[in-house]
Amino acid sequence: MGKVINIAPVTRIEGHAKIAIHLGDDGNVQDAFLHIQSLRGFEKFIEGRPAEEVPRIVNRICGICPWMHHLASNKAVDGAFGVTPTETGHKLREMCQVMAHINDKILHFFFLAAPDFVLGPDADYSVRNVIGVVKAAPELAGKVVKMRQLGQMMLDKFAGKAIHPIAGVVGGFAKPMMEEERKELLEGTRTLLDFSLYALEYAIDNVFSKYMDVISDLGVIRTGFLGTVDREDGALRLYDGRQRMMKADGSYVDFEGAAYTDFIGEHVEPWGYSKMPYAKSWNEGFDMSLAAPKGIYRANTLARINVCDKISTPKAQAALETFRSSFGRPAQQTLLYHYARLIEMVYACERTIELLEWEGITDPNVRAHVEPKAGRGIGIVEAPRGTLIHDYTTDDNGCITKANLIVGTTHNIAPMNMSVKQAATTLIKDGIYNEGLLNQVEMAVRAYDP
Amino acid sequence: MAVTTAMEWLGSCSGCEIAILNIGEDLVPIITEALDIVHCPVLMDHKYFGQCGEGLTLTIPEAVVGIVTGGVSNHEHLEVLEEMRAKCKVLIALGTCATHGGIPALMNGQDRAESWEGIFHTETTDPGAKIPTVEVPAPLDRVYACDEKVKIDMQLPGCPPNPALIAEVILSLVEGRDPVLPGKSVCDTCPTRREGKGDVSQVKRFITNADFVPGAPIDEMRCLLEQGYLCMGPVTAAGCAKRGAPACISARVPCRGCFGPVRKDGNQLLDMMNALASNGIDYKSVVDRRSILRFSGAHGQLRPMKKRVVEED
Repeated sequence: MGKVINIAPVTRIEGHAKIAIHLGDDGNVQDAFLHIQSLRGFEKFIEGRPAEEVPRIVNRICGICPWMHHLASNKAVDGAFGVTPTETGHKLREMCQVMAHINDKILHFFFLAAPDFVLGPDADYSVRNVIGVVKAAPELAGKVVKMRQLGQMMLDKFAGKAIHPIAGVVGGFAKPMMEEERKELLEGTRTLLDFSLYALEYAIDNVFSKYMDVISDLGVIRTGFLGTVDREDGALRLYDGRQRMMKADGSYVDFEGAAYTDFIGEHVEPWGYSKMPYAKSWNEGFDMSLAAPKGIYRANTLARINVCDKISTPKAQAALETFRSSFGRPAQQTLLYHYARLIEMVYACERTIELLEWEGITDPNVRAHVEPKAGRGIGIVEAPRGTLIHDYTTDDNGCITKANLIVGTTHNIAPMNMSVKQAATTLIKDGIYNEGLLNQVEMAVRAYDP
Repeated sequence: MAVTTAMEWLGSCSGCEIAILNIGEDLVPIITEALDIVHCPVLMDHKYFGQCGEGLTLTIPEAVVGIVTGGVSNHEHLEVLEEMRAKCKVLIALGTCATHGGIPALMNGQDRAESWEGIFHTETTDPGAKIPTVEVPAPLDRVYACDEKVKIDMQLPGCPPNPALIAEVILSLVEGRDPVLPGKSVCDTCPTRREGKGDVSQVKRFITNADFVPGAPIDEMRCLLEQGYLCMGPVTAAGCAKRGAPACISARVPCRGCFGPVRKDGNQLLDMMNALASNGIDYKSVVDRRSILRFSGAHGQLRPMKKRVVEED
């Protein structure tokens, strides 16, 4: 009789999940699943709430990327109330969002993923973690902790709260930026840019080149990609732009966020609480078959790096060119999410500096006139984990009557299941497995930073 | 001798875990010297059923200190919380979800089963989708705070909790003393200028920015409640202030009560209505009064609205 190997919980990820690997009588993998274990119900319990309050409720969807939910929500409420934020309000929001991306990438790469690479995938579980990294590479770890704290505290000081923010408001921003604040933020971000270039170089030398055989194999699947690009020149965008849905062959269609329901459907399996978004517009249905997947696309860093035509900032563009010359476009290797993550970190630093150097950033006109009313608004930003969609309908009193949310991580639920199956099938043969091999299956999940 | 510590998250968002990391450079000696972390899913790879999944019962190692975040909303949360209680000498509920239900307990104001049906029938969800039931933990009847299910030795609310207070709690345990924690309200720690009741009779929605001089010190801004905004400072526990003012107030935004009630077992909704009434403000001008309980809906405080009974002939 076959057996089931349970990896529970999946660790060093940002949510609740378990992996079940089903072995047949011959000890080979028959099937494998990533079960998503939690459901809270934000779409329903924001019904009835005054829409302007919702950006400070839905940020609790994720304590790691609260700025993303906070700002996608603000954009959706702007849309429902028919408000266009002032230019400075818009740019202050973007600055906070892009800055939040910096911290997120430091956290994920160094705190969660790095132990597998610095200590090795087979290291004992009791040391294969950030505490082990601190002990094994104290100098690197000291720098990482300091840089992450710098980024968090910059945001916390300027916007009042870094976690579960409140400073984005319908119509713009709650307070203007003072010249001293601008100078301080600029200085801090320049330090973070230096660090991001160091981190990219460190990872290229010590991770990507060293683990090239693992990268070219572990969790590799072939899918399409979804991201956001500049409306004019197709460059990488995080806060605002047009959505781009790319097929595995590299062909793509661009669409405005308001049309998302024509492009994205959500499949539901009975064995996990998370829905699985898929490309409805490809008219091929949904299938997670490794040989011939249908409707499957991926989101998050690798997807954005694949769909964009270029990056608008010089240092990140140089890194993108190096990446593309090695891996092509679109790159499919799952562990390259880490590489793409570090390229995006360079962009996020450069973009924050651009915004802080914009002469209008300290303008006191940060919030447009707002009247609550009936309407519908769709707010989209690129969260670290993928394209984040908040879609609200309001009544005459400006309270929510209906909400639909497609959260970044969910785009990758189906692909993660495929990567888990691919990794498990490749690694486990004849019923032989050990802790190190099972950890490698988890590494295929960690790359997606769920 | 390092203090063995186990950490778990239940129905949480990981904001509390990020708040722990935001202790910053002081965290390094805490996690490498003061504490010996034996279980913590977000940071390390200890598994419930053995490292290769060979075990039959969910097992967490014994520890002196246990820290749980998140509320209890499904059977797995309950099993994990009970195991934490069984294995930890001192159990700390960290964050407002764990202490008072937090934002996810807004679900307690709704018919859960009906809401879940709705979640699987949105515009983008494939028609015919059903609520998943295979290999996923079944929900409890409502969202609970941790102390409704097991004995909790110490409560530290906040959404997120203040990193300095988390460090204080951990260090006090390591040093074997009582922690120094604030016992006041947000208002008591707020430096904004109060001029007296004034002529506010209605509460404004936060659709205009507060009145303040950009760049001027926070103590020159008038109290936001006196400016006519709903600000829950009077009924909310203090603890969020980091740079001399409550966090939201420092961003010129009114408080929404994320540290839970200031009075032990207090009801933020009733207390706030009383505070408004005593200032001559019409509580009926608050749109969506129930969401005043948005952070403290556990302990039976937030319940589904009674359905209107159809009158019989």
